[in-house]
Amino acid sequence: MLHFPQWKLIVVFGVVLAGLIFALPNVFPRTTMETMPGWLPHKQVSLGLDLQGGAHLLYQLDEEEMIEDWLNKLRDDVRETLRKDRTPYTDLTQNLTTRTVSVKIRETADFEKAYEDLRKLSVPVSNTFGLTGAHTLDVSRSGDNGVLLKATDAGLTQRMDSAIQASIETIRRRVDAFGTTEPSIQRQGRNRVLVQVPGISDVERLKRLIGETGKLEFRMVDASASVQQEVESKQVPVDDELLYSKDDPPQPYVIKKQVLVSGENLVDAQPGFDQRTNEPIVTFRFDATGAKRFARATQENVGLPFAIILDGKVVSAPVIREPILGGSGQISGNFTVAEASDLAVTLRSGALPAKLTVIEERTVGASLGADSIAQGKRATLLGLLLVVIFMFVAYGLFGVFANIALLVNIAIIFSVLSLIGSTLTLPGIAGIVLTMGIAVDANVLINERIREEVHSGKSPVAAIEAGYRRAMTTIIDSNMTTLISTLVLFWLGSGAVRGFAVTLTIGILASMFTAVTVTRLMVSYWLRWVRPVALPI
Amino acid sequence: MFTGIHFIPPDTKIGFVRLRTITWVISALLTIVPLLLVWKVGLNFGIDFQGGTLIEIQTKESVADLGDIRTKVHGLDLGEVQVQEFGAPNAVLIRIAAQPTEKEQQDSISKVKQVLGDQIDYRRIEVVGPTVSSELIAGGTVAVVIAMIGILLYIWFRFEWQFAVAAIASLVHDVTGTIGLYSLLQLEFNLSSIAAILTIIGYSLNDKVVIFDRIRENLRKYRKMPLTELLDLSVNETLSRTVLTHVTTFLAMMPFVLVGGEAIFGFALAMVWGIVIGAYSSIYVAAPLQLILGVKRDGGMTAAPTKTKAEARARA
Repeated sequence: MLHFPQWKLIVVFGVVLAGLIFALPNVFPRTTMETMPGWLPHKQVSLGLDLQGGAHLLYQLDEEEMIEDWLNKLRDDVRETLRKDRTPYTDLTQNLTTRTVSVKIRETADFEKAYEDLRKLSVPVSNTFGLTGAHTLDVSRSGDNGVLLKATDAGLTQRMDSAIQASIETIRRRVDAFGTTEPSIQRQGRNRVLVQVPGISDVERLKRLIGETGKLEFRMVDASASVQQEVESKQVPVDDELLYSKDDPPQPYVIKKQVLVSGENLVDAQPGFDQRTNEPIVTFRFDATGAKRFARATQENVGLPFAIILDGKVVSAPVIREPILGGSGQISGNFTVAEASDLAVTLRSGALPAKLTVIEERTVGASLGADSIAQGKRATLLGLLLVVIFMFVAYGLFGVFANIALLVNIAIIFSVLSLIGSTLTLPGIAGIVLTMGIAVDANVLINERIREEVHSGKSPVAAIEAGYRRAMTTIIDSNMTTLISTLVLFWLGSGAVRGFAVTLTIGILASMFTAVTVTRLMVSYWLRWVRPVALPI
Repeated sequence: MFTGIHFIPPDTKIGFVRLRTITWVISALLTIVPLLLVWKVGLNFGIDFQGGTLIEIQTKESVADLGDIRTKVHGLDLGEVQVQEFGAPNAVLIRIAAQPTEKEQQDSISKVKQVLGDQIDYRRIEVVGPTVSSELIAGGTVAVVIAMIGILLYIWFRFEWQFAVAAIASLVHDVTGTIGLYSLLQLEFNLSSIAAILTIIGYSLNDKVVIFDRIRENLRKYRKMPLTELLDLSVNETLSRTVLTHVTTFLAMMPFVLVGGEAIFGFALAMVWGIVIGAYSSIYVAAPLQLILGVKRDGGMTAAPTKTKAEARARA
């Protein structure tokens, strides 16, 4: 029991040493660390958003809007398919609540062919493992020559998956514009994206940048329509729609529905200044397809106004003075310099597949973070000091053993946190403190047992041996219960609370090693060295 | 050599369980009064569970003009608004009730920023929309229940069912006691409160297990001893440990209450309270409950030959 085989000694010393070495970088400020030799570990514990300041934004993708877009597109596809077949149809409608598009074929003779062609609109759904066997649509006959196309759950999930993937990439490009270190953008659940940006100060701008869908369209203004009349009568020609400018008060425009070129064809956008007016502008460049389309459209419409539309709002509506053949252009619209630069970022990063709404926001300023670190540090050191003194007062030498083990335990927590790259939060610091209590508790259990054994008249070696052995099951049982609730906490919690669960879990697991094995090693060396007749306990 | 102070003498013979009629009343009160408090006074739910916006600011002046801030924010017509000092004379906490939609919720921040201006340090902004808050309520409840079930199963697996039931009963006592503190002091009840409760559950149980362990051991050792006496003996034997371990954790946690700052004050206070109430329930709830539940003397242990050998050794 008190004899340690050589390999065990090596393992124990190895773990303790590793714990100390990997925790070491956290003792020094970052600047000092940089001057240290390269072979030493340099990784420090990364601080949570609540300690270093930053933004935690949980976005939800508007599922309804996504379904609506899908159904709109599906309806267009149905129309196109039937037109191609030259099949007369009627009652082409969509229903958002049932997620269906329905259509009636006029002539019974056309029905079978039309039905077969419409069935082709449904494509197999695949995931990372290959085909799933499901299809995007359920196409069925309904009533008299009717066809019902229903968006399936599998299809919806696939769409959601790709929309979320696309959103994450777009958001990443936009967040990168801030140049902050290590932003984290990850999916959460079915339709959410969690954006965490440490150290950011202008959260409002971040939210503006991410919140903008960034759907850019170039469309013609219907010069033949009278805006005044249409605003009053609310009657707009079938191929037009009424859109407003982003000014205050908004200017109405009658815009043709047909899109000349869209943001998808942009390859670059940069903020700049108009050479004549010195106004902030955004210059952009189209890809080959976009350039060709834009050239043709401007050639055909010289002298007419066209509109640059961003997310359904008219940014500007200049008159085409001459054909624009080079594939590049500029957008002006009374921007401030910051607005122009943000618009350029939005356009460069591409459009979001659907609108994202903030459903949870937690922002901590750098000053609060610094205060929390200072307070956390002070409280921890004070707590540590009290525990160390108390353990010494209560158990003398055995308390010293426990205290050394406690320090090793704290070092191990820090080194594991540094190694696995888990963040330390303010509740996480509280977790370390609680660990101090739990870790020395193991020693309290052992020491109390030893006292009891001494009391019942056992020799020092026998008492220590029995004390450790009999306390062990209790230590395991009691730590298990804490671990169970900690695991639940880890599963439930996000952010700061999870940090608490992490440090507590690491701490408890490490305490089984430090409070039991490490102290036993110290005690056994001490026994061999001193050979006491009575235990000082 | 310094041998340490024996805070608790080794042979205490305090009649914890013998006094059970009195302590039952106290325990019952400690369980029921908090429930009444929650029912009558209610909990001060934070935005995690209620939705809403929380803004912590610090003014450049050394003392913030609460009245002025209140008037400005109230003028925005955002529903219920609370403005209070937060830890320092120039630190202010503004709480705005949940808005009907996520969008309005977001707009409320920009509106507040507009009226308060940018000569202020916005130290913390938290917005929890209606979707998230309802999820957090569900998640928090489920977590506490799952933790309790998990622990129940573990204790049942390691001990007899009577111990598991006693453990859960005393956990209910601890949890209501803790929630009662939140209600009494109107501390903000939020996600970190759930974390505190879960930790208290785990930590408090830790202690029960130690006593249960001793009761089990003594049940095997003293087969003829009356149960009341045996329970008292077990509690007394573990008393020193119970007291010392709670004192160390208490000492470790207390600085967080005193100098840990506003951000973690509620959490730390709940933990400290949980440590105290957990110690109480170990001694006065978990152990005496065995009397009522009628823990089996043999506990099926005679069946296993190894156990009988252990018993023989213990009796010898």
